[in-house]
Amino acid sequence: MEREVITMKLARSHVLVCGGTGCTSSGSEKLLPEFDIQLEKAGIKNEVSVVKTGCFGLCALGPIVIVYPEGAFYSMVKIEDVKTIVTEHLLKGRIVKELLYDDSIDGAAIKPLKDVDFYKKQLRIALKNCGVIDPEEIDEYIAFDGYKALGRVLTEMEPKQVIDIIKQSKLRGRGGAGFPTAIKWEFAANQPEGKKYVCCNADEGDPGAFMDRSVLEGDPHSVIEAMAIAAYAIGSDEGYIYIRAEYPIAVRRLNIAIEQAKKYGLLGKNIFGTDFSFDLSLRLGAGAFVCGEETALITSIEGKRGEPRPRPPFPAVEGLWGKPTILNNVETYANIPQIILNGAEWFLGIGTEKSKGTKVFALGGKINNTGLVEVPMGTTLREIVEEIGGGIPNGKKFKAAQTGGPSGGCIPTELIDTPIDYDSLIEIGAMMGSGGLIVMDEDSCMVDIAKFFLKFTVDESCGKCVPCRIGTKRMLEILEKITSGKGTVEDIENLKKLAGSVKSSSLCGLGQTAPNPVLSTLKYFEDEYMAHVIEKRCPAGVCKDLLRYIIDKEKCKGCGICAKHCPVTAISGELKKPYEIDQQMCIKCGVCEIKCPFKAISRK
Amino acid sequence: MSATCSIPFNGTPEQEKKLNTVIEKYKDVSGSLISVLHEAQEIYGYLPIEVQKMVSEGINVPLAEIYGVVSFYSQFTIKPKGKYKVAVCLGTACYVKGAGEIIDRIKTRLGIEEGDCSADGKFSLDATRCIGACGLAPVVTVNDDVYGRLVPDDIDGILDKYTD
Ligand SMILES: Cc1cc2nc3c(=O)[nH]c(=O)nc-3n(C[C@H](O)[C@H](O)[C@H](O)COP(=O)(O)O)c2cc1C
Ligand code: SF4
Ligand code: FES
Repeated sequence: MEREVITMKLARSHVLVCGGTGCTSSGSEKLLPEFDIQLEKAGIKNEVSVVKTGCFGLCALGPIVIVYPEGAFYSMVKIEDVKTIVTEHLLKGRIVKELLYDDSIDGAAIKPLKDVDFYKKQLRIALKNCGVIDPEEIDEYIAFDGYKALGRVLTEMEPKQVIDIIKQSKLRGRGGAGFPTAIKWEFAANQPEGKKYVCCNADEGDPGAFMDRSVLEGDPHSVIEAMAIAAYAIGSDEGYIYIRAEYPIAVRRLNIAIEQAKKYGLLGKNIFGTDFSFDLSLRLGAGAFVCGEETALITSIEGKRGEPRPRPPFPAVEGLWGKPTILNNVETYANIPQIILNGAEWFLGIGTEKSKGTKVFALGGKINNTGLVEVPMGTTLREIVEEIGGGIPNGKKFKAAQTGGPSGGCIPTELIDTPIDYDSLIEIGAMMGSGGLIVMDEDSCMVDIAKFFLKFTVDESCGKCVPCRIGTKRMLEILEKITSGKGTVEDIENLKKLAGSVKSSSLCGLGQTAPNPVLSTLKYFEDEYMAHVIEKRCPAGVCKDLLRYIIDKEKCKGCGICAKHCPVTAISGELKKPYEIDQQMCIKCGVCEIKCPFKAISRK
Repeated sequence: MSATCSIPFNGTPEQEKKLNTVIEKYKDVSGSLISVLHEAQEIYGYLPIEVQKMVSEGINVPLAEIYGVVSFYSQFTIKPKGKYKVAVCLGTACYVKGAGEIIDRIKTRLGIEEGDCSADGKFSLDATRCIGACGLAPVVTVNDDVYGRLVPDDIDGILDKYTD
């Protein structure tokens, strides 16, 4: 391979600024030029290198800036703070304590990142380089052993040996179903020689998840390298990454990465001087959840309506343009180079008996440390929520966590010690899914959450088969009836029956899993459903039609502010005497509750 | 109650020229229809039947197939968008943190429903899925500006910024 030997820029300090989507949304983009200006002014521009990296994981505290060699972890950095960091920390060597992330301070010293609660229990394999390297510089990836696995595979291994290592590692797909990766590859490898394709599923359809996006934004080359390895293993020379158009930063970085890899001869013809060639291009999705399903995704790459088709034939036999095709998830690929480099034994040492390695989760909802976490399989939900996630905000109580998005289920408090792996989650009626993990507290209504997911499925059903198209709609209607206070006990029975038939008779995974959120909330929170239908009450106080705003006569001072703000004049009374709300007229907008200076109004 | 704008199609020659370059680029690439439509929408802001016809003739794919694809994918829109595109994230993390109340407030304030555009063409409203800023939930974007950790009472102040 002909190319210059590269060294990372030598500088006395490195400033890493998160350029992931979370931090970009909270303004990290503006910090970079400001660092340039301030470093220039301080006259130390040549001594400090400023790098835009991928996600550090702690998105709730963005924008995040880390300064090495000290490892100072600055959170919620504002543009005016840049000057302070430059003049104090970088120029005078005084760490700016006020701007440090609280948990990273240990008395007078700062803790190394690996000792901060948020990171302590994490183990980063797929996210190894995220937040560490500049994803737009292939040289940095290479400096961290990038493309070494591909080199080894092409020059020292037979395709079958590659598949064997993956098989020994017991790697299972991270896209949701947990199918053994090597089996899929073996199928495709065993097809007669000829055109074959390697595809990557970067459609990330779960509506509250951003793991794959962070890998692509923070470390795009790891996926490219892995796809080339997969291509060698199955005898393919062409691949596609199917990525959602809603991910502009990831798309841009992938394009840059592919260009750079081509320039370095790591994609294209005769890679590493061998006779192996591999070309890679991107295909953008266009906002259809069902396109995450493998057969639909393949049809969409062909430029058509992304409707699923029955399997078999499986894509490994008949996929893209009728040719043998393997499709893996982004995170699955991100593990491959590490397994090749460190060996199957190393990977087998992490995780549980049947689920090896780590899993990345997008932790969101009612949790203090919203963000991205990667933990060994088998870590309990409690560890994730309480230790890594820092618990529930505002002193509220944990109620349940939802994994697997619209195909998954919830895990209630009683099961918070469940180890998170593929099989334990299935056993309790949830599923691993692709890694969305949404935490809910006592203010979340489980019937409402089930309705939320079902609404999503109804919107996203492609309409090809009847059970999914009509069945999910009927189920949604029943849930709407229940949340508006018109439900009956029979409705709940019908809901269960419908759920069963949609599950068993839908064509693709979308329909087959759509009832899961309903079934699992019914399993663990049936009393909450019952409160809606029998007492016409929403215990969490979410379902509007069942709410009543009540004025506490003890607390009301009769100031009349509520009556003034009520948009439908449902509140009346005499000044200095307790007011009253006319429940017939009330539209439950909640303005009075917010406006009352004495907190005398509450919803029940 | 929704008053949608129904501005007649008025593509410019420049736009048509750009579209022709795109068509040229993809004409012989198999399976490129979705890419062409993405770029066409980038040029025109939406995909009215007139644009679909031009694409159909350009890359020689029947109009019915093009319409089938446009209507299948939610990112493609046959309605024009407003000058200010308001998008409310209804991803799970945002929903759990009250995005439902946020979108209700915006609907009331703008007098339009999801997917519509106000009569003066100024605002359009869409619900999106996770935009990856869950740490800031609930999140609203107006064109490229991102607003996070919102409560319904923040809405008026935000929309007031977009006056011209
Ligand atoms: C409705 C539906 C949506 C899916 N969405 C995704 C997705 O967004 N990302 C993903 O990797 N897999 C998704 N899958 C799973 C894929 O079909 C496929 O199993 C997976 O990409 C295989 O990769 P893996 O073996 O590496 O997990 C989805 C499946 C269904 C049925
Ligand atoms: S199950 Fe739903 S999404 Fe899947 S093919 Fe049938 S209608 Fe389409
Ligand atoms: S769910 Fe709204 S940004 Fe992720």
